[in-house]
Amino acid sequence: MTKQVRQLDRVVIRFAGDSGDGMQLTGDRFTSETAQLGNDISTLPNFPAEIRAPAGTLPGVSSFQVHFADYDILTPGDAPNVLVAMNPAALKANLGDLPRGADIIVNTDEFTRRNLAKVGYTASPLEDGSLEAYSVHPVALTTMTIRALSEQEVSKKDAERAKNMFALGLLSWMYSRSYESTLAFLERKFAARPELVLANITAFKAGWNFGETTEDFSVRYEVKPAKMKPGTYRNITGNAALALGIVAAGVRSKLPVFLGAYPITPASDILHELSKHKRFGITTMQAEDEIAAVGAALGAAYGGALGITTTSGPGVALKGETISLAVALELPLVIVDVQRAGPSTGMPTKTEQADLNMALFGRHGEAPVAVIAPRSPSDCFFAALEAARIALTHRTPVILLSDNYVANGSEPWLLPEVADLPDLSVQFAAEPNGPQGQFLPYLRDPETLARPWAIPGTPGLEHRIGGLEKADKTGDISYDPQNHDFMVRTRAARIDAISVPDVEVEDPDGDARVLVLGWGSTYGPIGAACRGLRQRGLTLAQAHLRHLNPLPANLGEVLSRYDRVVIPEMNLGQLAHVIRARYLVDAVPYNKVRGLPFTAAELEQMLEDVVKNA
Amino acid sequence: MPEQPISLKLTAKDFKSDQEVRWCPGCGDYAILAAVQNFMPELNIPRERIVFVSGIGCSSRFPYYMNTYGIHSIHGRAPAIATGLSVSRPDLSVWVVTGDGDALSIGGNHLIHALRRNVNLKILLFNNRIYGLTKGQYSPTSELGKITKSTPVGSADSPFNPLSLALGAEATFVARTMDSDRRHLQSVLRAAAEHDGSAFVEIYQNCNIFNDGAFDQLKEPATRDDYLIRLEHGQPITFGKDGQFCVVHPPGAFGLEVRETAGVSPEEIVVHDATVTDPAYAFALSRLAEADLRHTPMGVFRSVRRPSYDSIINEQLSTARAKANGAPEEQLAGLLTAGDTWTIM
Repeated sequence: MTKQVRQLDRVVIRFAGDSGDGMQLTGDRFTSETAQLGNDISTLPNFPAEIRAPAGTLPGVSSFQVHFADYDILTPGDAPNVLVAMNPAALKANLGDLPRGADIIVNTDEFTRRNLAKVGYTASPLEDGSLEAYSVHPVALTTMTIRALSEQEVSKKDAERAKNMFALGLLSWMYSRSYESTLAFLERKFAARPELVLANITAFKAGWNFGETTEDFSVRYEVKPAKMKPGTYRNITGNAALALGIVAAGVRSKLPVFLGAYPITPASDILHELSKHKRFGITTMQAEDEIAAVGAALGAAYGGALGITTTSGPGVALKGETISLAVALELPLVIVDVQRAGPSTGMPTKTEQADLNMALFGRHGEAPVAVIAPRSPSDCFFAALEAARIALTHRTPVILLSDNYVANGSEPWLLPEVADLPDLSVQFAAEPNGPQGQFLPYLRDPETLARPWAIPGTPGLEHRIGGLEKADKTGDISYDPQNHDFMVRTRAARIDAISVPDVEVEDPDGDARVLVLGWGSTYGPIGAACRGLRQRGLTLAQAHLRHLNPLPANLGEVLSRYDRVVIPEMNLGQLAHVIRARYLVDAVPYNKVRGLPFTAAELEQMLEDVVKNA
Repeated sequence: MPEQPISLKLTAKDFKSDQEVRWCPGCGDYAILAAVQNFMPELNIPRERIVFVSGIGCSSRFPYYMNTYGIHSIHGRAPAIATGLSVSRPDLSVWVVTGDGDALSIGGNHLIHALRRNVNLKILLFNNRIYGLTKGQYSPTSELGKITKSTPVGSADSPFNPLSLALGAEATFVARTMDSDRRHLQSVLRAAAEHDGSAFVEIYQNCNIFNDGAFDQLKEPATRDDYLIRLEHGQPITFGKDGQFCVVHPPGAFGLEVRETAGVSPEEIVVHDATVTDPAYAFALSRLAEADLRHTPMGVFRSVRRPSYDSIINEQLSTARAKANGAPEEQLAGLLTAGDTWTIM
């Protein structure tokens, strides 16, 4: 039969199934196929902290959402147009997010009485009319996969496990994806077991052919490539980009990199990635705890390495004392906090921006550090370089606040030229700097106020440093009241002296009265909301902060230009608090802490109210 | 440690910093400092390649007084900080100075992990069985029932035996010495410095303010010969003024026991061998001492060879580097474009 082909400008698909159903992999492959076609993409994985929650239950549902379009997009999409539900739990957990008319593809084989009962369905939603508002496509995914593989030398279990590839094949057909990269991927992944390569490829093709032949799917869709800047792209998650940024910082500073880390969700992938790149002179140490991880990084920094530690909120809490020591020692150190929902263990696989207060203020004594945050997955690469730049130039700890949303989300990344990356080379102290030929470890650079980085092995510069208050210039222990006052102020001045680019304001109409100010991972949803409002003829300005300490020098002036400043954050108003205190601006906070990113729609609605009432 | 064929002709004076030493008069730390400063020239390592890292506590002021590189860090964390330094700078000689509270209480975790990894650190634990800097609370090595400011009716904690703990973590070099015996102290430092990997040295140190005389039985002429067991590699373990006591391994027993030499045949006396691979032997030695310090062995309990963490990590780095082609910038460009990429014209 001939299938109708319909053009779409954007689609949001959510793959949902049991934790063991391979939904992350399926979504990842679909994303890769889509990226190859030149669509702009944005993805959002959502999975439980449990590795395998009881099968078929609501807590065990794992999903992956991909948004692709023929124009540049900023978020993984608010509501899916298509839901692939591998079992009743996946249907039930995700149904609430679907708009009327959405397509639902269900694996009917899993809709057994037992599985339905597990999630509280008394009757099958496929039969009781409760899904009438949607376009439901019942597909016996498991049965058809097993049948497709009946001639092959694979166990029933392995055959059944290939059902995610059947689903991927079907969706790839529906959206006219190119599948060469997936076939190549399967050959790489199962290289050691050729029978699984064949089984998965067969399942994929069976799904594709099913779409082609069955009457249930009468329409095929196409999404044209987006107009994107020329260049070479790859799809990248925030954690992967951050790891590559650290590799790049090592190359561009010509320093060995030392990463001390303790496994913690959602930061562990950075450790995994960096442990593969030893050829760049990167040492990764999985330490005995968070404190040792930052301690070892600081010890390595003392020895002349680029010292880095990666963690999440609970880990930063443990590292606080060592970060304070680094403030006193005035050594370069990068602390990456991939934020997750807290307090305490909180929701380890869900996102939040609630560590800003801790990053800014969470240490004993006056212990200021630089704080920066990436705005998108690929921006994590550049944020890592910027964190290294500040740390190395200003000899200070820098906290980089990523979060689970950018860390695990992905987007196309226009690859930079290595030669265009900032030069981070440093100068170690080589000779005495004192008037009498002695070495003064706390004699400062007049501009940056940074002290010399004098590493062990340098003859004539032997010196002792420590956590006790130090006398200006000599670094000797000092309890002198004037000296302490001077040193506390100097450490604050050092951070204020960090060169930070001005914050840019996007105000295409030029007459906006409302400014929406954000930081970190809310950039996408805020940007999408602003775009939506402007398309509807409303005017508003957007500014987004990368540097949270020190803040850009022009921020006060920018804020003063607007009648209203709105600050959406995934916390209870931490940046808003800083802005109000610092600039005496009556900023309006907008806060949600659901463990999920803002949707563009909710921000659009909120901002519309503010703009209309401004 | 890299070869130093030419004598640097350093003296103890070269290792004294310009800082005024500020321990209480009479503190055992002075003797240890002098012994270390006297010993350092023997290493024949230039001062700039030596680093002392300490935690917090009286003993942890040590780095300020050494004219080498040094960090006075955070309570308990010196082994962790020193690990990062040692691994990333294998050209350095890294020493950790710590105390019983610093190493065994707040920093217990880092100590055992440094030891099991066999990081190339020389760890000197000054054990005075008391918290000195915080003015006299009981420590993790204080005796059960110890009366202190924080335990007016006696401590309810059983103490750690630092050597047993280190051996439990399978430390490759474990020794004990004493502040007042400079010759012995320096001989142990020498052995520790020569060891590749973690060297753990417990130094009994007198705190004359808060726990004076804690080790007097090992120092007083009247008791020391019968209390102190000197371990000499390859020698039968006998002690007492006239060698009247010895250490035996009775058949069927788990550990070692002290006997009168006259009552056993010479071949029953244990001949000390620090190179026994099984830590059980050194552990048994570490259990000989009794609460009143009777039968306290001194010397090198264990000295075995196992690749250091530093050497394994650095070998992994050099193997990876040897396989890499091109300048780092080229390799980075290759890494960025690895995987599925696409080009928009």
